[in-house]
Amino acid sequence: MLVDKIGLNVGSGGRQMQDFIKEVILKKLGNNILNVLDDSAVITMEKGRIAMTSDSYVVSPAFFKGGDIGRLCICGTVNDLATSGAKAKYISLSFIIEEGTSLADIEKIVDSVSITAKEAGVMIVTGDTKVVEKGRCDLMYINTTGIGVLDEGVSISTHNAVEKDVVMVTGPIGDHEASLVIYRKLIDLNIDIKSDVAPLNLKIEELIGQTKGVHAIKDPTRGGLSGSLNEIADNSNCEIEIFEDKVPFSNGVKALCDIVGFDPFYLASEGRYVIVGSSDIEPVVKKVFGNGASVIGRVNSNKKRGVVMHTELGGLRKLGVMDGIQLPRIC
Amino acid sequence: MKSSADIFREIADIKDRMTLMEVCGTHTMSIAKFGIKSLLPSNINIISGPGCPVCVTSSGDIFKAIQLAKKDDVIVATFGDMLRVPCNGDSLINYKNVKTIYNPMDSIKLAKDNPEKEVVLIGIGFETTAPIIASVIISADKDNIGNFTVLPMNKVVPPAVELIIGNKNNKIDGFILPGHVAAITGKKYFDFISEKGGRGVISGFDPVGISSSIYELVLMIKNKKSAIVNNYGCVVSDEGNVLAKQIMKDVFSVSDAEWRGLGVIKKSGLEISEKYSKFDAVKKFGIKNVKVSESSGCICGQILMGNKLPVDCSNYATKCTPSNPIGPCMVSSEGTCAAYYKYFRD
Repeated sequence: MLVDKIGLNVGSGGRQMQDFIKEVILKKLGNNILNVLDDSAVITMEKGRIAMTSDSYVVSPAFFKGGDIGRLCICGTVNDLATSGAKAKYISLSFIIEEGTSLADIEKIVDSVSITAKEAGVMIVTGDTKVVEKGRCDLMYINTTGIGVLDEGVSISTHNAVEKDVVMVTGPIGDHEASLVIYRKLIDLNIDIKSDVAPLNLKIEELIGQTKGVHAIKDPTRGGLSGSLNEIADNSNCEIEIFEDKVPFSNGVKALCDIVGFDPFYLASEGRYVIVGSSDIEPVVKKVFGNGASVIGRVNSNKKRGVVMHTELGGLRKLGVMDGIQLPRIC
Repeated sequence: MKSSADIFREIADIKDRMTLMEVCGTHTMSIAKFGIKSLLPSNINIISGPGCPVCVTSSGDIFKAIQLAKKDDVIVATFGDMLRVPCNGDSLINYKNVKTIYNPMDSIKLAKDNPEKEVVLIGIGFETTAPIIASVIISADKDNIGNFTVLPMNKVVPPAVELIIGNKNNKIDGFILPGHVAAITGKKYFDFISEKGGRGVISGFDPVGISSSIYELVLMIKNKKSAIVNNYGCVVSDEGNVLAKQIMKDVFSVSDAEWRGLGVIKKSGLEISEKYSKFDAVKKFGIKNVKVSESSGCICGQILMGNKLPVDCSNYATKCTPSNPIGPCMVSSEGTCAAYYKYFRD
C-alpha cells in the first residue's frame, strides 16, 4: 500500500520499497528483462562493439516548460549514445529521492520516463531507488547508464573532423537553458520559451543509414554551441570557422539574451546536435531534421585559431570556452 | 545613411594614429561581440575606461555587503554580476541568503514576502541605475516598508573621466560616451569634456550606432575639433530625463567614493540623503568603513586609465580569470580584461 509522500522507508529495502517498485516502476516501465528483478540485468548482445555512457540529472526545477527530469534523463542518455553513431538499446535508472516528495510527482516523472523511452525505442533494464533526508536533495536526482550497439564500420567521434567539412546545427540553439532561466523566476520576464528536450537517437540512426559522410556529432548541452565547437576543434586539431548570421536562435532566446546580457552561444540545448561531415551531408541532415537544420560554418586545416566567428557586422570574433557561469548583468 | 561597411572603408583611409576610449562597459562588450576591433586599421586603437559599475566596486564595499550577508535575518538582494566581485578571497556568491534580482523593484516584493527578514538591496550603478534605485526607495517610503534598506554604492561618471583627462600620461584623443547614462543626464552633462579641449560622441549600442560613433569621433580627432556630439539622438536629449534627475537629487547626495583600481575620487559617489536616511543600510546596521587592501600585482587601475592593456598584466589569464577574478576588469563580464579573455585570448 503506497502513501502520498515518499518516506525514507521506500529506499530501505523492505516492504515499502517492494510496493514502490511493483506499483510504480514495474507498472510503468516493466519489460521482460526488468521484470526479473535480479540485482543485475542479463542482456543478450549481438557480436561487435557496444557504446556505454553515464550521466546524472540534478535539474532544478524538476518540472519545466517543455519537459521534466524524467524526459531529460532519457533524452540526455540516448542522445549521448547517438553521438558515437551507436543505436541506443538499454538504460539503467537510479533514483535519489528527497524524503517527503509527493508520490504524484514521482509518478509523473516515471510516466515521462516511460513515454520518452518508448519514443526513443529503448528499454529500462535495471535500476535502484534511494531516499535521502529532507533537504539533502532537491526533489529528485536521477543517474543513468546507457548501452548502445554500433554497426560495423561506423566511426563517428569529435576527433574525426577534417578540413573542408561542413559544420551544421539541427535547429535553433539554447532554448533548454533559456527556458530554465525563465522558469526558475531568476528573472521575472514574460518571455515564452519552451525547452527543446527531445530524444534524437532514431534520427541519427536514420541519418547514418543514409550517408557515410558524418564525421563528428556533439550535443550542445552544458557550455552551449561554443563548448561543443571548441571540443571538436581541440580533439580534431583543426580550426572551426562559423558565420554568426547563419546560426539559428529562437526569438525567445534572442530576447532573453538581449535583456539579461547572456551570450546565446553558451546556452545549453537538450534536443539539438552539432553535426560535422563532408559537404554532401547537408541535404540529408536537412531531410532528417527538417528545415531548422542549417550549415553554420566549415572546418579548416590546423591554423591554431580554435573557433572563430564572422560577426554579422563583418568583424571576426573568437568563440572561446566559457569560464565560470553566466550571470545576469546590471545593465 | 552610410552602411557599416562604408564606414569602415572610409575609416581605413585615415592614417593618423589615434586612441579612443569607450567609457561604458556595455560598449566594451558590444565592441568585442561585434568584432569591431578586427575591422579597424592598426593605427586606430580603442581602449576601455572605468565604465563598468560592478568592476569599480571596491573591496571595502563588498566587505560591507558580505557582513550583511552573514547575518541570519538578512536577505541581500543584488544584480547577478555582483556575486563574484572578490574581497579577500571571499565574494557574495558564497552566501545562501544572497538573492539575485534583475528588477530592483523586486527587492520590495522580497521585503513584503519576508516580513521576518531585513532585505538589503545593493545600490549599484551609474546615473542609469541610480534613478531606479532612488525610485525603489521612494516606493518603500510610500508603502511604509520597515524591513527594507539600500546599501549605497552608486557612482557618477564625470569625476572619473576628469581624472583620466587630468592624468599627465593621458594619451586619449577622444571618448565614446555612454548612451544610457546620457539618456538620464542629457548631452550637456558631458560638455565639461569639450570645455577642457577634449571631444566625445554619445553612442548607442547596436553595431551601426557604435560604428558611426567611432567614425564621427575619428573625423573629429583628425580635424582637431573639440565638441560633444550626440549620436544617440533618438534616446538622448540635451537636458536628459528631468524627472529621473529630480528623483536622484531627492534621494541621494553627492559624496566621495572609493573606486577599485583608482582609489578615492572626490564627489564621485551617491549616498542616501538625510530625508531618506531610514533606508540607509549603513546607518541601520551601523556598518563601519573598513580599509580592505586590493590585490597586489593587479594593474587594473592603469588599464582603467588607459595606460596599459590586459595582456600587460602578469596575473591576466594565469591567476586572474573570469571564474576566479582578482582585479576589477575581470570581475564583471563587461570588464576590459573579461572581454579580452573571452574574445581575444589565444
